[in-house]
Amino acid sequence: MKRISLLIGFALFFLVPGVHALELSGNISLQQRSFFSDPLDARQHNNYTSFAIEPELYQSWDDNKQSLVFKPFHRHDQYDDERTHSDIRELAWLGVFDSWELTVGISKVFWGVTETQHLVDIINQTDQVENIDGEDKLGQPMIRFSTERDWGVLDFFILPGFRERTFSGIEGRPGLPIDGNAASYESSDGEHHIDYAFRWFSTYDEWELGISHFSGTSRDPEIIFNGTTLIPYYDLINQTGLDLQALIGDWTWKLELISRENSTERFTALTGGFEYTLVGISDSDADLGIVIEYLYDDRGQLSSSPFQNDLTTAFRLTLNDVQSSELLLGITTDLDDQTVVTFIEGSRRIGQSFKATLEARTFNNTSPSRPLHSFRRDDMIQAELAWYF
Amino acid sequence: MNIRLIAIVPVITTLWFSATPSFSETAEEKGLAIATEIDKRDTGFGDQTSNMVMELKNKHGDTSIRHLRLKTLEVTGDGDKSMSIFDEPADVKGTAFLTFSHAVIPDEQWLYLPALKRVKRINSKNKSGPFMGSEFAYEDIGSQEIAKYSYKYIRDEQYNGIDCFVMERYPAYEHSGYTRQVAWINKAEYRPEKIVFYDRKNSLLKTLSYSGYKQYLGKYWRPGEMLMENHQNEKTTVLTWNDYQFKTGLTDSDFNRNSLKRAK
Repeated sequence: MKRISLLIGFALFFLVPGVHALELSGNISLQQRSFFSDPLDARQHNNYTSFAIEPELYQSWDDNKQSLVFKPFHRHDQYDDERTHSDIRELAWLGVFDSWELTVGISKVFWGVTETQHLVDIINQTDQVENIDGEDKLGQPMIRFSTERDWGVLDFFILPGFRERTFSGIEGRPGLPIDGNAASYESSDGEHHIDYAFRWFSTYDEWELGISHFSGTSRDPEIIFNGTTLIPYYDLINQTGLDLQALIGDWTWKLELISRENSTERFTALTGGFEYTLVGISDSDADLGIVIEYLYDDRGQLSSSPFQNDLTTAFRLTLNDVQSSELLLGITTDLDDQTVVTFIEGSRRIGQSFKATLEARTFNNTSPSRPLHSFRRDDMIQAELAWYF
Repeated sequence: MNIRLIAIVPVITTLWFSATPSFSETAEEKGLAIATEIDKRDTGFGDQTSNMVMELKNKHGDTSIRHLRLKTLEVTGDGDKSMSIFDEPADVKGTAFLTFSHAVIPDEQWLYLPALKRVKRINSKNKSGPFMGSEFAYEDIGSQEIAKYSYKYIRDEQYNGIDCFVMERYPAYEHSGYTRQVAWINKAEYRPEKIVFYDRKNSLLKTLSYSGYKQYLGKYWRPGEMLMENHQNEKTTVLTWNDYQFKTGLTDSDFNRNSLKRAK
């Protein structure tokens, strides 16, 4: 299936009435992950080397009113057979007609305003083997119909074809092996269930408001034990989301709120907080942003989310230098059981075409009954060098 | 990211004032009249696109290059709408800014991050910071509405053999990085030739020099090069402009969040 998509991707570019030159860009990266402690499972390792490639082919025509993008991705990991994976991040045609636009194909969409977690963002599945922070996404097949008017942006989605979350393999870290390939579904259509979504989004001076609804297979599986191994179970849900942002003086206030129902329950979760930026600290060009967000889930200790009553405090240092150097330092504390997660993310351009990034994460004082407990031995550091072309 | 530096929205005054200074005119009135005439001569271009190469150089001579494409839509009665799209460095390719500038209320600005497909509203109250590591601050490259400054005519003076008005302008904006700017305005063409910037402590900070002016549509002067020299850190930034085009048919729908996402 993947091979066929790849072939279609390349073939499409030769069928397009070529007017503009084909644009090729992308990046190749080398990554090293090191874990500080010996693993929970003896089959896991302490050091992993991997490389990834993500080229992008882009062509537009008809005075930029139509375009085609193809963005495959592949990572090869030294040990983890599941982290060695390929994906079509994008393979989509976009057409613009007056104030309407239509996207058909595999694409990616982002919804929301908060920094720590993205509750409202539900169109694309998380590519969790890439990173457990939830920022990496798998390409989602979609038909997207969008219009932007005085009253805001309105998007409708038809989402045929479900993407299963990626989980690390037997030799992979962090976490325990979850057999993603043995996934089970509430819908009898399984991964062929068609999902629907819409979002309306508008700006009122210093305020931004989004309201969204999704109906279909949850991107967020329950992890269940099937008698032999841990497997993901995907239920059918209806999720209504609200995202709100206000710029008040130097403060940016943010809120994301969701209400999700499945066949047995309805719950509410939210992320809310602010970002305050100190500009030009100590007479330099550097800015220091302070991000504080509260994370809540009314299922409490029964929640499958690790963030049911948690507080994140983070500092973002932006040097505003030629190398675009940035450093993010943060700590998330569980206010119920005092689990502490710390994280560091730094990046810097090297020369014109290289970028170095460094990440570290630690998990302390985890509770045996809570999801983060499986990461208790997985404090890690990750270094990456990427070449952009 | 409009680079019509000192391009200002009209207020009610007459050309007669600027052309024929009267004895009763104060230095402030004459400064405002000059600013008004500059704006008047730059009104009516409709929309504009251009390409820009930004060369950053530190005092050791190390250089770094950025390539941008810029689009501007003239908005009568308010600040312009603009979009700037990065082509280089490659790691920020496709990153784009959308700005709705305003005279009195703060500008509205959105940043598109292509890797995340995320449009982020920027809290742009503080615009004194550097634009992409350059010696240009955000406030230097935003659309310059008349209400953003007060003005004062200083003297007439030649600059590079050109007859100029020398005038000062004082940011009305409380978060500005400057106490004042001194501008040399070409008397014949009402375009800036040089601007000197003084920091919050009123110390000499930067000098911006314009060169390679060309006139488009028989009316609008645009520079080929803008050199910003920072006297405090000895860094320079050169903006080289090319492929200016006017009245290309851009509309409001080319300056919204959907168009920001597909700007490429």
